[in-house]
Amino acid sequence: MWERHTLSVLVEDKPGVLARVSGLFSRRGFNISSLAVGPTEHPEVSRMTIVVDVDDFPLEQVTKQLNKLIHVIKIVELEPAASVQRQLLLVKVRADPGVRSQVLEVVELFRAKAVDVSPEALTIEATGTAEKIAALLKNLEPYGVREIVQSGTIAVGRGPRSITATAVR
Amino acid sequence: MSTATPRPAPASPGPKPVPPPVPPPARSPQPTAIRRFDAVPMTGAQSLVRSLEEIGCEVVFGIPGGTILPAYDPLLDSTRVRHVLVRHEQGAGHAATGYAQATGKVGVCMATSGPGATNLVTPIADAHMDSIPIVAITGQQSRALIGTDAFQEADITGITMPITKHNMLVYDARDIPRAITEAFHLASTGRQGPVLVDIPKDVLQEQTTFTWPAEMKLPGYRPTTRPHGKQIREAAKLICAARQPVLYVGGGVLKAEASAELLRLGELTGIPVVTTLMARGAFPDSHPQHVGMPGMHGTVAAVAAMQRSDLLVALGARFDDRVTGVLSSFAPHAQVIHADIDPAEISKNRRADVPIVGDCKEVVTELIDAVAAERGEHGHADLAPWWAQLDDLRARYPLGYDWPADGSLSPEYVIERIGRIAGPDAVYTAGVGQHQMWAAQFISYEKPRSWLNSGGLGTMGFAVPAAMGAKMARPDAVVWAIDGDGCFQMTNQELATCAIEGIPIKVAVINNGNLGMVRQWQNLFYKERYSNTDLGTHGSRRIPDFKLLAEAMGCVGLRAESREEVDLVIKHAMEIDDQPVVIDFVVGADAQVWPMVAAGTGNSEIMAARNIRPLFDGDEIVAGVDEIAAVTAEAQNPQGGN
Repeated sequence: MWERHTLSVLVEDKPGVLARVSGLFSRRGFNISSLAVGPTEHPEVSRMTIVVDVDDFPLEQVTKQLNKLIHVIKIVELEPAASVQRQLLLVKVRADPGVRSQVLEVVELFRAKAVDVSPEALTIEATGTAEKIAALLKNLEPYGVREIVQSGTIAVGRGPRSITATAVR
Repeated sequence: MSTATPRPAPASPGPKPVPPPVPPPARSPQPTAIRRFDAVPMTGAQSLVRSLEEIGCEVVFGIPGGTILPAYDPLLDSTRVRHVLVRHEQGAGHAATGYAQATGKVGVCMATSGPGATNLVTPIADAHMDSIPIVAITGQQSRALIGTDAFQEADITGITMPITKHNMLVYDARDIPRAITEAFHLASTGRQGPVLVDIPKDVLQEQTTFTWPAEMKLPGYRPTTRPHGKQIREAAKLICAARQPVLYVGGGVLKAEASAELLRLGELTGIPVVTTLMARGAFPDSHPQHVGMPGMHGTVAAVAAMQRSDLLVALGARFDDRVTGVLSSFAPHAQVIHADIDPAEISKNRRADVPIVGDCKEVVTELIDAVAAERGEHGHADLAPWWAQLDDLRARYPLGYDWPADGSLSPEYVIERIGRIAGPDAVYTAGVGQHQMWAAQFISYEKPRSWLNSGGLGTMGFAVPAAMGAKMARPDAVVWAIDGDGCFQMTNQELATCAIEGIPIKVAVINNGNLGMVRQWQNLFYKERYSNTDLGTHGSRRIPDFKLLAEAMGCVGLRAESREEVDLVIKHAMEIDDQPVVIDFVVGADAQVWPMVAAGTGNSEIMAARNIRPLFDGDEIVAGVDEIAAVTAEAQNPQGGN
């Protein structure tokens, strides 16, 4: 059985670094389930959150290979129980006056919010774990989902410690 | 080791040398005295050439072209960097590799953008697989044209991303000294490898300032060289307790310059030593503890030693499929101590019981002390029964060959004689195929850096340009390229370079008229259906006639077709020191490389000779080639087969 692993990868913010990382995954035969990149509190450092489905042993190999990339500064695996993991979802749902209140009820239940309204549709924004996002989508499906856009997972470890503190001088 | 500069370095007017601190702590030091410059105005191209000079680069192999042209102008004036104009960029890359392998110093090649750069792809991939420190410098289209499909534009940093240790596109001329410093540092430290520096033409042309030494910014690069003490002690315990241990020596030992330490460890422990294709010469062949090369065409004793071992001590080796055969049946009873500078190699193919990350020289040095202490405290296992087993195999299955039945010349004999006559002080390079395996088997390597070949990538055509690079690096050494007629026809254009630039290499073309290794597989596994392996260099037509070809290239051309002629032509070649020599050795087409572990089979099924499997079931049995062929059904490509 494959397991889902979440890797936080600190990289130098250099041109091509995304290609180096994603290329390594594909050439070593690993599938990236999701990938999110963004800036950090250090201007020269970006942080990638990579979710990958592999066994423990190949994960060790891919981590070692990633570490060999010169622009990779640090890699930390974030256990789901010891980290906060979030995705962002924007979904456009058909919501004519007949069903609009029902859709809004679902939105309310999931602590999501409507960010755009038109006579036939609602655009809903939600953040949460992959499971919550999936559950929300499942509940919206009967009303007619018109468009989905979803970010990769981002994650941060629980507690006061920072993975960037020791890695970046 | 000779470090002679090919051209005398004139007294330079620069500031006086100061003690070194900064770049780069390479294995074989580049220069020791660092000169300092503070914001000297010049062009990017001048900054590039000056950076190469200051970092200690003596030779650049390359070809100019549109985008790299600005760099060639200051290169013309450089008295410290000699440029060797090659005939094809692939030759430049392999020459840089040969230079690096022969000395441990960083080899440098240069090419223009587009096709110049893509022609470097093969030698870069080759250096990547064999962890050879080279720096490739390529011109690139001007910044404004990048991404527009401009003339001779190729995304060479994108193309070489998977086959370089690192690469960079320099966007600002001020960054050139730092880029070159980082490139040399990355290439030569940690697990060595190729680094490519791509520089747009207008960056070379723009005005900038040159400051030296340049500060490196590599926050993500911290190779571990110092092994963990606890792991060393654990390894020492296993080494002393093992009854059937083997020192499995790979190319990392050569790169770490750890041969002397290895010899001490070997003699201290009395453990049998095998040297892989990349490590030939790391431990003297003549030493009684050396049981040979392991792997697909290794000796029966070396393969058996690993297969029956209870402890493999892997030093700078990577459990390559050509060594292990089918991984699941490889060395089934062995525990594994795996020392390598690259943590990603450890437990990649075979799980290590004691992983050690570190530089081989430091690892072996610390192992010597730890093993000595452990022996003092707890003694060690008796290795006599183990040696009795291996000695028996060595006696029964020595390396050997038969003379061809048709009366033609034996290729093994030719190679053996070259080794004898040129001796252990010579440097030998090889292409890829039968001649490469015979050269690994029948020449006795006694010294590090005397055997240079393409191991991982298996690049045909490696021999001639690599020999050129090696001869540039060590002008006082005799350099022999042992080549095949197939390989030779891929890169022999560099003979012209050698003749014109005064690089007197010696080339032995082991001319069996065929792509010999492919033909061997067709013979064994494809019912003797010889599809597209006859090159037509034999017979009355001799296309090409290698003797005439050599002469046309400004070399001395010789030929031997009989046993009597072999020594004569080799000795004749040894006497020529002012011109490259090519000898066409016309040999039989049917000679085969033995022993052999057929692809797709386990090492226990090694065949000492056709149909003889000495290790299978403990007794020598005869297995039909058809049976082996069935197992090998999927493995179809001899250069890259599984």
